Amino acid sequence: MPTTYQAIATVTVGGGGAATIQFSSIPATYTDLELVYSTRDDRGGTQNGVNISINGSTSNFTHTGLQSNGSSVSSFNIPRFVAYNNGSTSTANTFANNAIYFVNYATSNNKVFISDSAEENNASTAFILIGANRWGVTDAITTITLTPDTANFVQYSTATLYGIKNS
Amino acid sequence: MAITYEPIATTTLSTATASVSFSSIPQTYTDLLIIGQLGQSASNNSVRYRYNSDSGTNYSYIYMKGVGSGVGSGTEANATSGYITETSGDGGLNCIFKCNILNYTNTTTYKTLITRSGRASELVDLVVSMWRNTSAITSITIAQGASFPTNNLISGSTFTLYGIKAA
Repeated sequence: MPTTYQAIATVTVGGGGAATIQFSSIPATYTDLELVYSTRDDRGGTQNGVNISINGSTSNFTHTGLQSNGSSVSSFNIPRFVAYNNGSTSTANTFANNAIYFVNYATSNNKVFISDSAEENNASTAFILIGANRWGVTDAITTITLTPDTANFVQYSTATLYGIKNS
Repeated sequence: MAITYEPIATTTLSTATASVSFSSIPQTYTDLLIIGQLGQSASNNSVRYRYNSDSGTNYSYIYMKGVGSGVGSGTEANATSGYITETSGDGGLNCIFKCNILNYTNTTTYKTLITRSGRASELVDLVVSMWRNTSAITSITIAQGASFPTNNLISGSTFTLYGIKAA
């Protein structure tokens, strides 16, 4: 039986850091995709955003997010926003744990995906976040790019893209 | 090597349909996962489930949601169906959900389901739901609205059931 859940590619950031993490030439042979990533960036702060672009496009995104910082809960709409990074002033050696699930990524429907993010910090402020996202384009997803806000991913940030087949 | 993550069945609606069912679910996995992309043509309405065709008041749930402009939470006890998510009435396939059903074959525990779902620019939802029955789950029916159903699921909606083995 063909493998249902299969690693497509892994990116590990090296010593020089990286402005983006990108997966390109994504095969259209799966049903869904799951991107699992553990990341930190080099900008000061504990609430550093990560944005997504698809097929090189930063347009036609919509979003609704729900987050808590340990003391309050809030909701917001920030297109392309998918996760928080641990920044350089957060607890050392700590990387955020994030995931994005893309359903039916190769069909001719608009692309919808769920994003999860947990940015732990041994301090009074940390964040947990879930998001509902849509890329309002009917093209199949062939490239996914993650970009931190005004920062670079640091060494040991990792990301793996999995393909999931429903038959 | 044993297969850990395996598709059991998938359904893509070719016409508006009142409900979707997965029946004769094999009892050979540890957990179940349902991935869905769906919509409806009527106004906002909940997406609900029943196990083993049980329409008794044996379901309860709690949800937390964000709508961009605010947050909300709610519960329901002694319901005649469990809760997965809420769709809009825009007729598009803009709602995505991911349901984890743990230990579905266990005959000593009640069955819990956790769902992450949403519609970009409208809603993101986190739900935990319980079926107060110790029977193993052998079928799952999904329908729209508390009347089970109230409205139809639209053509193009997709639902896939996966089995996950712990060992």
